[in-house]
Amino acid sequence: MTNTPTEVIFRIRRFDPQADGEPHWEEHRLPYTTGMTVLDGLRRIKETASPTLAWRSSCRMGVCGSCGMFINGRPRLACNTQITELNTNLVLVAPLPNFNTVRDLVPDLMPMFDAHTALHPHILREDVGEQYEPTGEFFQSIHEVEQYLQFSYCIKCGCCMAACPTYATDPIYSGPMPLTQAHRYNVDTRDGGFKARKKDLAGERGPWRCHYAGECSRVCPKGVDPAKAIQLMKRELVLDYLHLLKHGCPSKIMGKPAGLKRRDGVSDAPAPTIAGAPRI
Amino acid sequence: MRDQRWWTWHIAASAVILVFLGLHMVIMHLDAVIGIFNPHGGHPIEWANVVERARSGFFMVTYIVLLGAALFHGLYGLRTILFELNPAPALKRGLNAVLVLGGFGLFVLGTWAAWQSFVLATTQAVAHTL
Repeated sequence: MTNTPTEVIFRIRRFDPQADGEPHWEEHRLPYTTGMTVLDGLRRIKETASPTLAWRSSCRMGVCGSCGMFINGRPRLACNTQITELNTNLVLVAPLPNFNTVRDLVPDLMPMFDAHTALHPHILREDVGEQYEPTGEFFQSIHEVEQYLQFSYCIKCGCCMAACPTYATDPIYSGPMPLTQAHRYNVDTRDGGFKARKKDLAGERGPWRCHYAGECSRVCPKGVDPAKAIQLMKRELVLDYLHLLKHGCPSKIMGKPAGLKRRDGVSDAPAPTIAGAPRI
Repeated sequence: MRDQRWWTWHIAASAVILVFLGLHMVIMHLDAVIGIFNPHGGHPIEWANVVERARSGFFMVTYIVLLGAALFHGLYGLRTILFELNPAPALKRGLNAVLVLGGFGLFVLGTWAAWQSFVLATTQAVAHTL
């Protein structure tokens, strides 16, 4: 933006389900300060004018994924959105669409996390003993890491879910975030949980309803490409149906390097703080 | 499992449609360049050319395969659109039944028509020869 505003107008959608029949808009005017983000503005409003205003936020640096909001018609992180990048001094702030509202700018993200949990978003291996008491490191090549790396940057903010036109109308569809995370683990060579996830993915909750609108990828504040993950997952499941998918064994376990000696002056690792944790 | 299976067949059907619809386009619109399927010359839909193709076993099979692929591909797409309206589970089952029975009925009808045209063209060709 070439013209820096002197004043910023915040229009915030307020809704208290215990007191309000319907949501209403509240307007606040603030002086612009250099580097001001939407979250900065909300904090100022809460401190000076509207102490009951509710939202979620934590890290203030686009890492925790708490402050996803619908800002000027697009799901964004409030902490990561500077006023100047909106190209207007009018800031419309509402809770993320496609979720019920707990209060004001706080969406109920539980349906998203329920779908996420159902798809086993973690490493699953048959050798459970090795998983929980590893005897070495799981080997992965750089190429294998690149298969899932970008998808692991997801911070579960829910912006992709709020932008998804299919999730807006279809309560059965798992949505971009859970599907991306399922794909993230499916292609992780340390993981052997494809069959467990397939129980859900091969059915109605899977990626089949995705229209490839691509909005999820456009709005992701971390640059993750959920639309790509969903298309790759479709291909993976088709290949699986045709028995053409290579189910590689989970990656090999690397033994301890032999012949290495601790450098002088480097002390031993501290004792494990968790009872029963193995000493590697 | 069902959606995984149906989606795979949906994609396979699209590949079949691409090939056979491509063949149809070539026959109908590139006749000046590739006239092999129009042995009598002239327009591809002239009676003699139509009969010539209709009495070919290859074309009869082609028509039936294209019909099956197009019906499955189209009806599965229609099912996807209808299911996005979030019908009740009972209505979903009803829609599935209607689409399967309707598709099967149309396939049988189309197959019968292809077979009849093959028989008719073959008979006419024989009569013409006699």
